[in-house]
Amino acid sequence: MAKTDPTTIPATPEPERRPLAAGGLRDIGQTYGGLATLILLTLFNIIFTPHFLSLQTLNTNLVQVAPTAIVAAGMTLVIATGGIDLSVGSLMAIAGALAPLIFLGKVLPLGENSVLGNILGVIIAIAVTGLLGLFNGTLITVFRIQPIIATLVLFIAGRGIAQVLTNGNLQNFSNPGFLFLGQGRVLGIPFQVILMVVVVIIVAVIVRTTTFGRYLLATGGNEVAARLSGIPVNTVKRSVYIVSGMLAGVAGLIIIAINSSSDANQVGLNGELDAIAAVAVGGTPLTGGQANVVGTLVGALIIQLIRTTLIANNVSPDIAQVINAAIILLAVYVQRQRKAS
Amino acid sequence: MAQLTTNSQSAWAWSRSKSLLQRQGALFALIVLILFGSFRYTGFLSTYNIYNFLTYNTMFALISLGMTFVIMTGGIDLSVGSVVALASVVAARFSGYGLTTAMFAAILTGVIIGLINGLAVTWLRILPFIATLAMLLAARGLALVFSSDASIPVSTQTDFISIWTNTLLHIPLPLYFLVIAYGVGLLIHHFTRLGRHILAIGGNEEAARLMGLPVDRIKLLVYVMSGGLAGLAGVFLAAQTNTGSPNEGVGWELTAIASVVVGGTLLTGGMGSVFATLVGSLLLGLVFNILNFENGYGLISLSVYWQSVIRGAFLLVVVLLQSRLARQKARI
Repeated sequence: MAKTDPTTIPATPEPERRPLAAGGLRDIGQTYGGLATLILLTLFNIIFTPHFLSLQTLNTNLVQVAPTAIVAAGMTLVIATGGIDLSVGSLMAIAGALAPLIFLGKVLPLGENSVLGNILGVIIAIAVTGLLGLFNGTLITVFRIQPIIATLVLFIAGRGIAQVLTNGNLQNFSNPGFLFLGQGRVLGIPFQVILMVVVVIIVAVIVRTTTFGRYLLATGGNEVAARLSGIPVNTVKRSVYIVSGMLAGVAGLIIIAINSSSDANQVGLNGELDAIAAVAVGGTPLTGGQANVVGTLVGALIIQLIRTTLIANNVSPDIAQVINAAIILLAVYVQRQRKAS
Repeated sequence: MAQLTTNSQSAWAWSRSKSLLQRQGALFALIVLILFGSFRYTGFLSTYNIYNFLTYNTMFALISLGMTFVIMTGGIDLSVGSVVALASVVAARFSGYGLTTAMFAAILTGVIIGLINGLAVTWLRILPFIATLAMLLAARGLALVFSSDASIPVSTQTDFISIWTNTLLHIPLPLYFLVIAYGVGLLIHHFTRLGRHILAIGGNEEAARLMGLPVDRIKLLVYVMSGGLAGLAGVFLAAQTNTGSPNEGVGWELTAIASVVVGGTLLTGGMGSVFATLVGSLLLGLVFNILNFENGYGLISLSVYWQSVIRGAFLLVVVLLQSRLARQKARI
């Protein structure tokens, strides 16, 4: 074989562009498509929704979107590897059940609402959900079970575990240290909003600039090729499920802190659906190989803003849900078209 | 070339024997559980318990049947739980006009939802997972809209609840629907061109399209079937509980998927068995039946919350066994 003739190179069709390098063109396009929608929605609200331009409205929306956006950031990673994590809602419930058990001093002799109890409660809850994420990842990598089935196991069993832990009872608490997670403010900004932004930035930076980020996208793009080129595919996959589990744990803690109570029947209910919808609207294809973390945040914001818009304009929440579903479909369809063109 | 043919033939024979083994695995577990129950509990094999068990699980078996065909094409239908709730509300709303009208309205609702799912998948080319996820949200919203956020009592003036309470030849009516639905399902799967086409699409959609199969029409049909069966399940739900319940059916789609998987059908499409789904569905239901008996004996007292834990653990065991079987076979 002679050396390659350089003139033939431009003649070969350009391979499909994958945003392996920081921000491919399409990546940017999708982000801006979502952003444009978000800006339009905001403008619509400024004109038609009374009292929309107030700090309180802004805060309410951001506070409500924070847990979903945090879970969705982890879900983006999982989906980028070509997987899916149905267990996040149940893991949120488990974290929400565990932390109060610990800081209320029901399992460890720490006394009620001690600082140590708070710290241990948060750490143990997130560690447990991380371990359950590892369980998901092990089923997928070692036992080669399809992600949707593997995570279905904890989706079904997880909420039951949370209910068994608490006997299905509501756990009420007034614990200033812990409540800061959901009700505290730093410089007037709700704490969980800051947490959300930090999580999204960290995850986005990991995807865009680190080797792990490249491994992740390569795994989702073509797993066999990734394995053959020496990428530790199984480690990558296990890691994303651990991260997804831990972020679900964080979100569960935020939700119970917002409510000052933990109800294993309610915490994180439909959390997996909200997260997947945010990822889909945000422009990350469910087939894997791409991850648009900022897009996911935009997607979560769009869904939240649509809900606010509809409810503020006296549309019943039930109809709002139907419209939301239609908009998710529309967003996914539009992105499909853009990809096809 | 000859080598290639032999290889693919043996691989085919192989995947067939594998699927047989998986199918019989679930059947074997079902038989063991039945034997265990019949030795341990008096009244386990009573007609009362058997009919009660079967009528209750008819709803799950029906949506699992629809799910089986969808999964065989390589798709998934996440909306069935919400459709059951929506159909139960519609059935309750129309129950004043009599059973036939209410059933027609509920099943039609399911069919329309299935049609929308199918069109989203075939025409808009949206992934089944996303399309039916959106429908899960939308159908639940519609159920709440039609019921004004409350349970709708079923009319007692008409024959509506007779579909749940009446018997024919001493056998409860829902069982006839169960047998007929699975009978038709088995016929379609084993003896019709449609059954072959469904598997062909799941096996390799592009190849099926190139061979000239009406891929889109068949995919549309399986989603319509799944929606219609969910509609029928909604009728039974309304008749059983005497209410149209907009908040029921949460997570039923996953129970249905679990039944299909326990039966041994792979989620990747292209293979599967209608009979195995029935076995899987009954197996999952039987776990609860046995738990109820245990609780009734007072030997253990498991709260209702343990049920989902045990169901999840059960799914885990079955899935692990399946993956072991598949890998052992792969090594030979």
